[in-house]
Amino acid sequence: MTCFTSWREEPKEAIKFLNMKQFITFLKKEFAHVLRDRKTLLILFGMPIAQILIFGFALTNEVKNSSIIIVDHAKDKSSQLIIEKIEASQYFEVEKTILNADQIEKAFREGTIKAAVVFPANFDSNLAHENKSQIQIIADASDPNIANTLTNYLSAIVQDYQVELTDNSLNPYQIVPQTRMLYNPQLKGIYNFVPGVMALVLMLVCVMMTAVSIVREKEMGTMEILLVSPFKPMLVIVSKAVPYLLLSLINVAIILLLSVFVLQLPINGSILLLFAESTLFIITCLTVGIFISVKTDSQQVAMLISLMGMMLPTLLFSGFMFPIENMPIALQIISNVVPAKWFYIIVKSIMIKGLGISGIWKETLILAGITFSFLVVSLKSFKIRLA
Amino acid sequence: MNTVIQTDKLTKRFGDFIAANEITLQVHQGEIFGFLGANGAGKTTTMRMLCGLSTPTSGTATIAGFDVYRETEKIKRNIGYMSQKFSLYDDLTVMENIRFFGGIYGLSDQELKDKSQALVKRLGLEKESNKLVSSLPLGWKQKLSFSVAILHDPAIVFLDEPTGGVDPLTRRQFWNLIYEAAERGLTVFVTTHYMDEAEYCNRISIMVDGKVEALDSPANLKKNFGLNSMDDVFYQLARGAKRGD
Amino acid sequence: MPAVQLNNLVKTYNKGTVKAVSDVSLSVEKGEIFGLIGPDGAGKTSIFRMLTTLLLPDSGVAWVDGFEIVKDYRQIRNTVGYMPGKFSLYQDLTVEENLNFFATVFGTTVKENYDLIKDIYIQIEKFKTRRAGKLSGGMKQKLALCCALIHKPTVLFLDEPTTGVDPVSRKEFWEMLKRLKEQQITILVSTPYMDEATMCDRIALIQTGKILSIDTPENIIRNYPDELYEVKSENMYKLLKSLEGYDQILNCYAFGEFAHASFKTPSEADAKRYLHERGIQNVVLRRTVPTIEDCFIKFLKN
Repeated sequence: MTCFTSWREEPKEAIKFLNMKQFITFLKKEFAHVLRDRKTLLILFGMPIAQILIFGFALTNEVKNSSIIIVDHAKDKSSQLIIEKIEASQYFEVEKTILNADQIEKAFREGTIKAAVVFPANFDSNLAHENKSQIQIIADASDPNIANTLTNYLSAIVQDYQVELTDNSLNPYQIVPQTRMLYNPQLKGIYNFVPGVMALVLMLVCVMMTAVSIVREKEMGTMEILLVSPFKPMLVIVSKAVPYLLLSLINVAIILLLSVFVLQLPINGSILLLFAESTLFIITCLTVGIFISVKTDSQQVAMLISLMGMMLPTLLFSGFMFPIENMPIALQIISNVVPAKWFYIIVKSIMIKGLGISGIWKETLILAGITFSFLVVSLKSFKIRLA
Repeated sequence: MNTVIQTDKLTKRFGDFIAANEITLQVHQGEIFGFLGANGAGKTTTMRMLCGLSTPTSGTATIAGFDVYRETEKIKRNIGYMSQKFSLYDDLTVMENIRFFGGIYGLSDQELKDKSQALVKRLGLEKESNKLVSSLPLGWKQKLSFSVAILHDPAIVFLDEPTGGVDPLTRRQFWNLIYEAAERGLTVFVTTHYMDEAEYCNRISIMVDGKVEALDSPANLKKNFGLNSMDDVFYQLARGAKRGD
Repeated sequence: MPAVQLNNLVKTYNKGTVKAVSDVSLSVEKGEIFGLIGPDGAGKTSIFRMLTTLLLPDSGVAWVDGFEIVKDYRQIRNTVGYMPGKFSLYQDLTVEENLNFFATVFGTTVKENYDLIKDIYIQIEKFKTRRAGKLSGGMKQKLALCCALIHKPTVLFLDEPTTGVDPVSRKEFWEMLKRLKEQQITILVSTPYMDEATMCDRIALIQTGKILSIDTPENIIRNYPDELYEVKSENMYKLLKSLEGYDQILNCYAFGEFAHASFKTPSEADAKRYLHERGIQNVVLRRTVPTIEDCFIKFLKN
């Protein structure tokens, strides 16, 4: 950002006015191109809306409404209490039935249930007389993630009941872990997804659109004419980036509005800071787009590189789909070069943790550094001739 | 004499816009028929209908005896097509191109072998037969393209501005190929912007603003308009055109 | 000092395997309309791109308006007008917007040099709010010419401006160019259409990177070495085939309505007799003046 402002303020003798006028002319042209291309506009704005809604509602790695059966051989006070708790939970669709082991196995094979809870006869009396009893929890682990989650939920409910029980008894030794899920007590998945989707959408739009727009000029032959003219080549590039900067900021606003009002995501930090950091990230993506356009000569290649070269690493290495900490060291190092990773951290810090600039200055600096490097390389690589 | 193309009030509309307006013409077997007109006059639209690539809005037409509404697949199998934009695959060799297109047109292996050898010999391309098409000069590409387009002995071949940008000598060599093919009974339907090529045709038609405004032999057209060259005839007819592309 | 000067320019592609421009030298005087006449692949576009500083030559030097094409590329880019081949302008900007844009790019306004383009712009003025993409080929050409002229260049480079455009629009375009001559603008035009050669003051015939001849069209025609005849009969193909078998034939080829032929020792009577013996009826055979295309073919055959 600093290089842009200083370029504009630098005095350039008598043609300083000329440069401004030229720049504005270019800007007007670029806005006309973008706004008159209805189909691309539809994708530009439609995509983030679609993604937010899809991620928000349809995709979630929470597990809800799983079909389970409860086989209650005991039918006593304790089992009833536990069963009530399970039924009350939104995570389960409960069917109470009496099945033997073979029938339970059949239900699993047919896929009609994801888990089964079996209370043995004498559940309550065992608990009272022997101070211990057993509950069988069986889960379909062909999807280990779901199985894990379900058994965790169920165990938690049982654990809950156990705590209640021991509260009433005279057992002197109690270790009760008190868990607090900071920032996101309900473990809502959208806290993860919204920052991730923001990074993804901004990355795609800015990198791909800018790259394609510049390369299109080369393909159409108008770049030739612009080269054989007094204008400064960087004007073309910068003026192509500006409309996408503005459009992306509008996108950010739309994403945030949707997240807050439709998905009920709170913003704990400063909205201004959020927009400022978003602007930085957008500029980062634009410079990557510029870099791609300088290096390629065909729209197809530009699009391919933007999609494959940018989207894939963003998905993998930003951290919102797969935790980076679990990856091998080599990949963790690679993830440091992916701008989306830093932006993701920044957004989460602001939106969910409510941090200020003091908490994210390091990541901000890294983003600025990445931007600057791409800008310098692009400037150096820009060809003033056709070959 | 066989009529290879017969149309009656063939029309193509796009909404309110009449791209081709009641085209009525006949082309006889062995004729070299020139199809002229300014850009935007409706030539391409009409040709696409005749090739079975576009369904007419109204009117009738038969190509090589096949109906243009119901038998488009049969039409496609019995015609050849060559244009400036589409010709051969640059990254395949001469032989590979011939074999590929021959295969598409349904030639048997033996037919393909015989014809491809004959073709290569006739064009004098024996030494180049295993070279990539991209290494051939433009003129040779054009000639090869034409020969490939008629490899399957179609009744009629459609040529869309086949000699654009080619040097004068090669142009004439190309037209020699056309003459030879016409002598063998092939009907040639060609569009061109070169007015001297219009003279090589048996008959020509000139389209202006979607309609056929003239249809006759070059000699008759010049006589009827009282002008000396096809250039002048064309200029006279096309000058008042309202439509561009 | 000539407006444009080329000395032994060479340009190759693909690591030297494709020789696009081989040792080309020529000079263009100020205010001339100079035509580069040759088919696709002759090297016209490569030459233009070197002169407009878009490509570096492999060897050789050239000057445009006194500026050297390698060292002084910035000055050249500030002063020349350039219309590349198949140029399509900005399709989704209107006629007005395109013109304004190019004026501003060159640091001027449409008003400043309007009288230069007035004659041309008037023909498309009523479409000024139409998007350039919706214009006909002929109108796009006119607009492109206006955009190239709007900053009053000293030298104008037009690379195949009439290719793919119908003969009527082509004629009109050349008429516009002729009127520009009065403004003392040097114009270099490349074209594959031989008949446009006569519209130029001087021309260079070029084929596969080499210059075949540089002169005024009249001189080139005057220097045609053989006596040329035009021959006509009812069937061109039969006529040509017969002529090819004639022992006196030097050259023969189709040329529109007539065939053009030249003979070793020309004798109208003998030629007519030969054709009659071959069954060619209604022969017309007479001397004719060669055209540029005849000259080009003669060069190619040598």
